[in-house]
Amino acid sequence: MEVVSYRSVETFVQHIPEVTALGVWIKAIIILAVISAIAGFGTYVERKVLAFMQRRLGPMHVGPYGLLQIIADGIKLFTKEDIVPQNANKFIFMVAPVITAATAFIALAAVPVFPDFTIPEWIPVIGGTFVPSIAADLNIGILFVLGMMAAGLYGPLLAGMAQANKWGLIGAARTAVQFLSYEVVTGLSILAPIMIVGSLSFVDFNAAQAGGIANWLVWKQPVAFVLFLIAGFAETNRTPFDLLEHEAEVVSGYATEYSGMRWGMFFIGEYANMITISVIAAVVFLGGYSADGMGWLWIMLKIAFFFMLMLWVRAAWPHVRPDQLMWLCWKVLMPIAVINVVITGIVMMV
Amino acid sequence: MGLEQFKNRNVGQQEYVMLDLEHTPQSPIGKFKQVVKRTFKPELFVGLGVTMREMINALFRGQMHTIKYPFEKLPISPRYRAIHEMLRLLESGHYRCIGCGLCEKICISNCITMDTRYDENQRKEVSEYTINFGRCIFCGYCAEVCPELAIVHGQRYETASEQRASFSLFEDMLTPIDKLNLQQEYDGFGAVTPNADENIKKTPLAY
Ligand code: SF4
Ligand code: SF4
Repeated sequence: MEVVSYRSVETFVQHIPEVTALGVWIKAIIILAVISAIAGFGTYVERKVLAFMQRRLGPMHVGPYGLLQIIADGIKLFTKEDIVPQNANKFIFMVAPVITAATAFIALAAVPVFPDFTIPEWIPVIGGTFVPSIAADLNIGILFVLGMMAAGLYGPLLAGMAQANKWGLIGAARTAVQFLSYEVVTGLSILAPIMIVGSLSFVDFNAAQAGGIANWLVWKQPVAFVLFLIAGFAETNRTPFDLLEHEAEVVSGYATEYSGMRWGMFFIGEYANMITISVIAAVVFLGGYSADGMGWLWIMLKIAFFFMLMLWVRAAWPHVRPDQLMWLCWKVLMPIAVINVVITGIVMMV
Repeated sequence: MGLEQFKNRNVGQQEYVMLDLEHTPQSPIGKFKQVVKRTFKPELFVGLGVTMREMINALFRGQMHTIKYPFEKLPISPRYRAIHEMLRLLESGHYRCIGCGLCEKICISNCITMDTRYDENQRKEVSEYTINFGRCIFCGYCAEVCPELAIVHGQRYETASEQRASFSLFEDMLTPIDKLNLQQEYDGFGAVTPNADENIKKTPLAY
């Protein structure tokens, strides 16, 4: 741990001039606004891409190429009646979506989204403030993010159990099954890269892979990369593992009784989680961002690639049953992850 | 073709290709082998490739399937039997119906009501002609029986309306006189076949 904290402090000193509370506040607001907007836009992109892959047009009529569909959906979500079922546990029912959305955004606090910049001097009050690329550059960044995303499982779990609906209950049970299984794989798969880099901070990961594609960790840790991707799909409950809200089986799973903006919060949380997983995968395995000119474009492209991959997989692959999911996780992925960690350790010692 | 082929009711047994399905492995090592084999088969990636290919086809090769229905319509068969139309003679613009009453007679749901009278030139004229579309079953007999191809089935299949009278009067079904040049000859149910000319024989004069 000595080494870890020392290196983090060193990068902290090198990279960031002076982080004021105001800068962090501004950053937090930017993250909230931009990620919510991207999440909304993500729904549009998802529908479009899915439609194209099935040779349909997708949303076309609201605005040019259906672009304003997001706004129409937003209006619909905000103005829909917020129904709380009679027998539901009202408080938990109302709080559960907030947990999902909040944890998703809290996780984003420790993730480097967008490059850092300084607000120009001529803007009143906030002029000259330095806005960091990470709202909270924790030296245990990865642990924090994974922990927060794991805490997000309380959203679907509580929602499903509080709504007095059998589909919700099944959805909640599946939530527990899925997240418990996959947290293990996520943690173990990312452990090997952490061992190589020797730090839990995203900044250190980024620095360790600087200098070209050859230095990317995905070449050193291909198995961990694949495992992490699979686990990431499960964490964000994307298609092969979307059995929490599987229409054909459990109506809408944990979200069956939700309507209006509470349902929307689950949605935003899911999309924010997709972005978080994409960022982690891009920073940890694909070299992350570089500070020079086009660095921000590259990280955007990498993130977009992972986002696109999630949509692509949704269009192409069938989903698995809960028992297949458990089987895959505990009997296949976890042993592979453990073996990967052990082999990495042996290689590092030799 | 002999009759026995038609009498064979076991359709579907001749053309089937039986897939070579493997048996579920029983032993642990067999299961393990199956997992390994399935893991390293590129099937999942073939699936990804298929969807990507379809996306490229749709976007760049003009194979998008969507028809924006109220604005675009698929062509329908000329034999489609939708709301009737009354056609006009192309030369004079007069309606083709000669008031023979065959359509009224053949209509199996008794929904055609017509009346005729002599006009001032002592020619037969249709004074009243309505089809009750609440009863019409769109069987097409009227179009088939009509000797003049006067009543035909049009292509107007969107028959939602506030009142059924909107379709059923003679004037509504008749081709508007200013749209006469747009009148399509009907080649659907009961129309003259394309090779009709070849089938015409000279009437022998030797009777
Ligand atoms: S289509 Fe059939 S039911 Fe309809 S008017 Fe003609 S003959 Fe009568
Ligand atoms: S069968 Fe034809 S010509 Fe005779 S009355 Fe009917 S529409 Fe007129």
